Amino acid sequence: MNATISKLDEVKTGNWSGGTSPFKIEYGKIMMWLFLLSDAFTFTGFLVAYGAQRMFIQDTWPNPDHVFQSIPFITDTGAPLVYVGIMTFILIMSSVTMVLAVEAGHRHSKKEVVIWMILTIIGGMTFLGAQALEWSHLHHEGFWFGAIPDSYLGAQQMGATQFSSYFFAITGFHGFHVTVGITVNIIILLMTLSNVFERRGTYLMIEKVGLYWHFVDLVWVFVFTFFYLV
Amino acid sequence: MTTDEQIEAHRYAHAEADMTKSKIWKVFFYLLGLTAIEFIIALGFVETGLIEKGISVIVVYILLTLLKAFYIVAYFMHLKFEVKGFKVMLAIPLLLLIYMIILVFIEGHYVGMFLYK
Repeated sequence: MNATISKLDEVKTGNWSGGTSPFKIEYGKIMMWLFLLSDAFTFTGFLVAYGAQRMFIQDTWPNPDHVFQSIPFITDTGAPLVYVGIMTFILIMSSVTMVLAVEAGHRHSKKEVVIWMILTIIGGMTFLGAQALEWSHLHHEGFWFGAIPDSYLGAQQMGATQFSSYFFAITGFHGFHVTVGITVNIIILLMTLSNVFERRGTYLMIEKVGLYWHFVDLVWVFVFTFFYLV
Repeated sequence: MTTDEQIEAHRYAHAEADMTKSKIWKVFFYLLGLTAIEFIIALGFVETGLIEKGISVIVVYILLTLLKAFYIVAYFMHLKFEVKGFKVMLAIPLLLLIYMIILVFIEGHYVGMFLYK
């Protein structure tokens, strides 16, 4: 009988012939990746605009080591990079606790997921608090959207104004992402506590939220380099 | 369970081999180490005036940043263990972004030269 079946009637079994999941990833996770890709475009747009302005006004651009040299409650001058270093460490650390939550989810260990999610939320909130302190410090010095301290004179004002506006716009947009991430993390923690994932049989949602949280960390890695280091 | 969730449940059985706890901490120490190198360059060499902050230092910073980004995306976001077609789908738009960065920077540099020199 087999010989009489025409080619057209044969069931194709290729990866893209239908009936299978070619990427072997769950739908929601693919959509999260695509959202993150579009979000990466937004942040690249911001950072590219920043970079182009900076190359354009190179000579009068303020030295970041002079702008960011305070540690709130400890010193106002003379410590460049230290405070932002602590902030970076906190964010990387909360990324690690997030992966550990995902890993615990793989093992269906509800207790560990709860512990790691709580630590992730604390890390995110600490980061946001640290950023709020830095913002208020810079604001007291006279920096704000379109505003700069009086110490910048003449041609320097052009670079400083751009620097100030870009700094608040980009770290603000990143801080907004962190806020959203914390909110979603709290929702997921509450869902874990009320056994939603236990009943569903999979802790997949932790992984999706984890993707978003790592992306926030990823963006900070770039913001750190381009605003504080370079 | 939907079909998608069954796929994931099946993958979960094998996923533990990908990212164990010890591997997670290993990646964390790589990230910490890379950040520490950036700090040593910034505070130990540039701040003390041993090397001047020029294009070469900036290139080193950017390379270290890209390396950190690789570790986060590949291991924390698990992309290294996904299907090849999926990686390609995500990589192509990002390669176009690099093209845009080069174009905009050339333009910005050119306008800057025009204004000041």
